[in-house]
Amino acid sequence: MLLNQFLLLSAFLFGTGIYGVLTRKHAVLVLMSIELMLAAVNINLVAFGAFRGGEVAVVGQVFALFVLTIAAAEVGVGLAIVLLIYRNSHSADLDDVDSMKG
Amino acid sequence: MLAADIQVAQTAVFWILAIPMALSAIGVVTTKNVVHAALYLVVVLAGGAGQFILLGQEFVAWVQVLVYIGAVIVLFLFGIMLTRAPMHPKESLDNDLRWPGMVVAVFLVGVLSALLIDTFGDDKIELVAPTRTDEVTNEIFRTYIIPFEVVGILLLGALIGAVVLARKD
Amino acid sequence: MFFLDNAWLVPLIPALSFVVILLFGKRMPFKGSEMGIAAVGASFVLACGAAVQWIQRVGDAEEGGTEHAFGAFGAFGRSIGRIGEEATEGEHGPIVESVHNSFTWFQNGGIDLHVGIQIDGLSVMMMFVVTLISLLVHVYSVDYMKGDRRFTYFYAALSLFTASMLLLVVADNTLMLLVGWELVGVCSFMLIGHWWEEKPNSDAAIKAFLTTRTGDVGLLCGVIMTYFVVQQGTGTGSFNIEALNASAAGYLNPVSGTLLFWCAAALLLAIIGKSGQFPLHTWLPDAMAGPTPVSALIHAATMVVAGVYLGARVYPVFYEGLNIGEANINLMAAVGGITVLIGAALAFVQDDIKKVLAYSTISQLGYMVMALGVGAWTAAIFHLFTHAFFKALLFLAAGSVSHSGAHHSFDMKKDMGGLRKYMPQTYVTFIIGTAALMGIFPLAGFWSKDEILLGASEGDYTLFLVVGAVGALMTAAYMTRCIYLTFFGEYRGGDHAHATPHVDEAEHQPDEDDRLPDHGHHGGPHESNRWILAPLWVLAAFSVFAGFFNATWFDIEKFTEWTAPNAEVFVELQHHEFDVLLALISTAIALFGAALAYAYYWRGLGPQRLSERNGLARTGKQFLVNKYYLDVLYTDVIVAFVKGPLARATYWVNQNVIDNVLNYAGKGAMVFGRFTYDVLDQKVVDGAVNGIGTITDSAGSEVRKIQTGRLQFYAFMLVLAVGVFALALWIAA
Repeated sequence: MLLNQFLLLSAFLFGTGIYGVLTRKHAVLVLMSIELMLAAVNINLVAFGAFRGGEVAVVGQVFALFVLTIAAAEVGVGLAIVLLIYRNSHSADLDDVDSMKG
Repeated sequence: MLAADIQVAQTAVFWILAIPMALSAIGVVTTKNVVHAALYLVVVLAGGAGQFILLGQEFVAWVQVLVYIGAVIVLFLFGIMLTRAPMHPKESLDNDLRWPGMVVAVFLVGVLSALLIDTFGDDKIELVAPTRTDEVTNEIFRTYIIPFEVVGILLLGALIGAVVLARKD
Repeated sequence: MFFLDNAWLVPLIPALSFVVILLFGKRMPFKGSEMGIAAVGASFVLACGAAVQWIQRVGDAEEGGTEHAFGAFGAFGRSIGRIGEEATEGEHGPIVESVHNSFTWFQNGGIDLHVGIQIDGLSVMMMFVVTLISLLVHVYSVDYMKGDRRFTYFYAALSLFTASMLLLVVADNTLMLLVGWELVGVCSFMLIGHWWEEKPNSDAAIKAFLTTRTGDVGLLCGVIMTYFVVQQGTGTGSFNIEALNASAAGYLNPVSGTLLFWCAAALLLAIIGKSGQFPLHTWLPDAMAGPTPVSALIHAATMVVAGVYLGARVYPVFYEGLNIGEANINLMAAVGGITVLIGAALAFVQDDIKKVLAYSTISQLGYMVMALGVGAWTAAIFHLFTHAFFKALLFLAAGSVSHSGAHHSFDMKKDMGGLRKYMPQTYVTFIIGTAALMGIFPLAGFWSKDEILLGASEGDYTLFLVVGAVGALMTAAYMTRCIYLTFFGEYRGGDHAHATPHVDEAEHQPDEDDRLPDHGHHGGPHESNRWILAPLWVLAAFSVFAGFFNATWFDIEKFTEWTAPNAEVFVELQHHEFDVLLALISTAIALFGAALAYAYYWRGLGPQRLSERNGLARTGKQFLVNKYYLDVLYTDVIVAFVKGPLARATYWVNQNVIDNVLNYAGKGAMVFGRFTYDVLDQKVVDGAVNGIGTITDSAGSEVRKIQTGRLQFYAFMLVLAVGVFALALWIAA
């Protein structure tokens, strides 16, 4: 297996996630896109770990685990915030959150 | 089995897993149905877990399935429900940044790809044997013990924070 | 040596008398005249004493070798003939130094100004002449000016004049000479305008003053230049006359010839002004508006010869500057020669006896200047000496004629004639004076005029010999005419026995105290009284005998000897042997001129009344009567031009050019100010400042649009930036 396969796949997923972050109106969908990006990163990490082999293979996994954990925490908090936004303005549309407009 | 055969098998599996992942990813970001988006995400994550196994990293694969797909997606579905996200909207769910976003994403992907191809060229992954779980945990609890603890605290904080934020007063 | 060392007393005493008369004269018994006579008498005595001592000094020098007093030039002396050496022709006598006595008046920045006297033969001679004639005039004026409206001030002015003239002749530096020169000019102005209530008199006074002032410009420039001549000659500048003479004569460091020429030219201008040479002679005839004693003293004998004295005093400057020794014509001789002829010509057409004498004076002054110009230095000052006597005599006699014979009028044709019967003494003295003037042997004028002609001929100045001869002819002729009109024929003044007096004279006012000598009553013509006659006889005696001081035919050369300048500081003077032939010819010419006039007037021969018949003759006579139209030139052309067109042009330039420059400068500044405000300040500067603000504002407004407030837009920006950076870094690497 080429290393590049995994890396390119990861890059593709990452770009797609970016597209989703920039494009989607609904906040939850944006969070989903972020998750997509994080998943891509995980694949990257693990692929590099496997590429290096030996001791380092394990480190790749460890890092992926940590990323996973943090992603989960982040989704929890993010959704809580989205809920709050929804409660305040009865819409989770990110286009309406522009009170910082200058 | 011959090494070449293994290679072929591995490549085939990779592609079998990669294509759906890619298509599902596109689906996540383009579908009009939010629930479908979540389900597409499940596919992507599952495919990811499959890639992990292919790479011999079994522990993280099953953790991904458990945590990501099991918990996070469920969380998303709850969020969708609670925010009454439009499940059958009439207009699209995209904002007016579609084309700039597309351009920028493609650009970024292009740069990355070019860079990667340029850098890693034909580097191959040699697989000897799948890693064992006890290696992973040993690593966690020896070298990376402090990050582990910190992540624990972070989870605690996230938990409390989420509860606080979502309280109804 | 007392008189010589203390010769400064000679000008001082009349100066003090001036002050005393001014302050106390009116209270004196004789109204100040006694003070004046006493003072000038005292000066005369001192001058005689000085003359005697000087003659002794010259005599001692002859016997005992060079006589050195104090002087700075002993070391540079050139020895000219000492006792025992053969005296060759052209060399004369031992060196006799002049007497000096001076003190430093003022020192400033390297320039020392001294006040001092320099007594040598020339100054002794001048002192003698001035004091003698002044004394005689003082005596004469006692009767002549009796009852005058300003009798006292007249004497005061006479004293001041005498003091100034004496100051001039004893001065040892050119600055003091300048002071004396100016003072005599002022006194002349005062005395000519003695009866200033009549406008012609004050006009004449102003004319005299301004015309001589024109010449004084030359004197000032010349005096300044003398300082530099001395500086070139000795190394340190000064105004000292002996230093000047030595420097100019070339005995010290060489002096620039150009400087000497210009110095001589400037001083010549001064001589032209003061001594009535052509073309500044026009003031002298008009100066006859003053009282006759004044004319005799100032305008015949003393002041007008100040110019000639100057020329004689600093003669080396002229000698070297105008190249007198080498050329056969030069500026000085030319001026003198022209003056001789024009003065004589004008004397023919005058009806006023004083004017005849005035033009005669101009002509004789021309002789003196001409003599200096041809190198005959001794002849010039000898003629000055003799001329003083007979010209003063002639003027005083004319005054006597007018005072007693012609009802104070001077018009020969209207008021005189046949007076020899009534005024015999005046007549005789007048004849003696005329004969002396014409140069008849053996009277004074003969010897002096002859020496001038001799100097002209020996010095290769043949043109001026001819001029002198022609002048002698004309002199004899016009004087004979004058005598005829005055003393011969019928008395024509009878109709004016009780007419109003002539403007030249004052009314005789009866004096309250009337202590002055008895004045003859009006009536017919009569002889004047002794106050007037005594001076006439004294002067007549001098006119006869004064010439014998230098009767070269008899080998008497006392005058030359006594006035010989210190050869160490003077140029070498030529002395000539008496030429019998020349003497005979000049006497013959004079007699011929007299004969011509005699024939014309007494016998009625020749073209009588020519100007009435002949147009050309009439034009010529008009030309002479109008004094060559010189007055017209000066007054109506030159002065009027300056007053009129020149002044107007200057005013125009001032108003239109200079003022306009200022106006336009002002306007320009205003316009510029406005421009600066409107354009530069309001538009450019404010525009720039406002523009910066506006640009900032617009830029800000544009940039502000990035702040959409939308999260995804920010994210877009972020990703875009990251992509660009990645690309850049990758390419750079």
